[in-house]
Amino acid sequence: MKITVNGQEREVAPGTTLAQLVQQLNVRTDRIATERNLKVIPKAQYQDTVLEEGDKLEVVTFVGGG
Amino acid sequence: MTAPAPLDTPLIVGKHTFTSRLFVGTGKYASFELMRECLAASATECVTVAVRRVKLGGPPSENLMSFIDGKYTILPNTAGCFTAADAIRTAHLSREALGTSLVKLEVLADPKTLLPEPVGTLEACRELMKEGFTVLVYTSDDPVMARRLAELGVASVMPAGSPIGSGQGVLNPNNIRIILETVRPEFKIPIIVDAGVGTASDVSIAMELGADGVLLNTGIAHAKDPLRMAYAMKAACEAGRLAHLAGRIPRKLYANASSPMEGRIAPADTGAIPGE
Repeated sequence: MKITVNGQEREVAPGTTLAQLVQQLNVRTDRIATERNLKVIPKAQYQDTVLEEGDKLEVVTFVGGG
Repeated sequence: MTAPAPLDTPLIVGKHTFTSRLFVGTGKYASFELMRECLAASATECVTVAVRRVKLGGPPSENLMSFIDGKYTILPNTAGCFTAADAIRTAHLSREALGTSLVKLEVLADPKTLLPEPVGTLEACRELMKEGFTVLVYTSDDPVMARRLAELGVASVMPAGSPIGSGQGVLNPNNIRIILETVRPEFKIPIIVDAGVGTASDVSIAMELGADGVLLNTGIAHAKDPLRMAYAMKAACEAGRLAHLAGRIPRKLYANASSPMEGRIAPADTGAIPGE
């Protein structure tokens, strides 16, 4: 199924959890946050959050800024 | 001779107490290493960061946070947000990622001026206050807007000296003074001048006016020698603050001799002393 992660379309297996997706993304997991369809998902819920077709995800961290 | 003790009191912002009154951004440095040195040189205790998408593909990149985590109070901003809704989302994300309720709220009008958008700022501020955030809010130097934001219970109002990154310094010291003289005493919150600092004297001017602190980024990061400028900003902040506390002398049109006029020797030519 298709989902969008940080503006990029991505194919993931049905039943993929947010925890599995973050692992697949190969990003640092400290100091990140994830928004699914405009709603922040707390880290504690990654495991139980099953992604659905068409989900729009934003995975963010911190960069330099003023 | 010893300095009067204590020279200054700490700055209190929400639940946070700072000895340094300088707030420094982490953007636009040539490298994280240089940033780390500059932050140390500035003696800041609170640094700002921005929330952005993680880069996908390729190995995980070097992380800003590993250079500042644990060393500073981290103040995430909502820079780059042009609507209240996006600023609120960004604040939610930073709170989740960092576990902090601190947020420097920016809702900007357009990318060219980066001026604060007052209606969106007010709207986002109202919502974030309701949600229990500790909001430091970026705004123009408009005293009326500063009051509207203070009424919402923000931890600090942060009027711009001049547009972000413009290096124009404090363009309207009178507005800053009005905010300091009216909003601050009524709401008992620190006023931190944010944005526009080009060089050390700009920081001193803001602090001499009585600002509780100054936030800057580009002024250090884009100086020819950022590390030297970081030291300069620290000195300027302390100098301005102490000068404010000490109380400047009034401006006078005519001179006022520092050396006594009495007891001077007789002028050689006429024996008459000018002006007597």
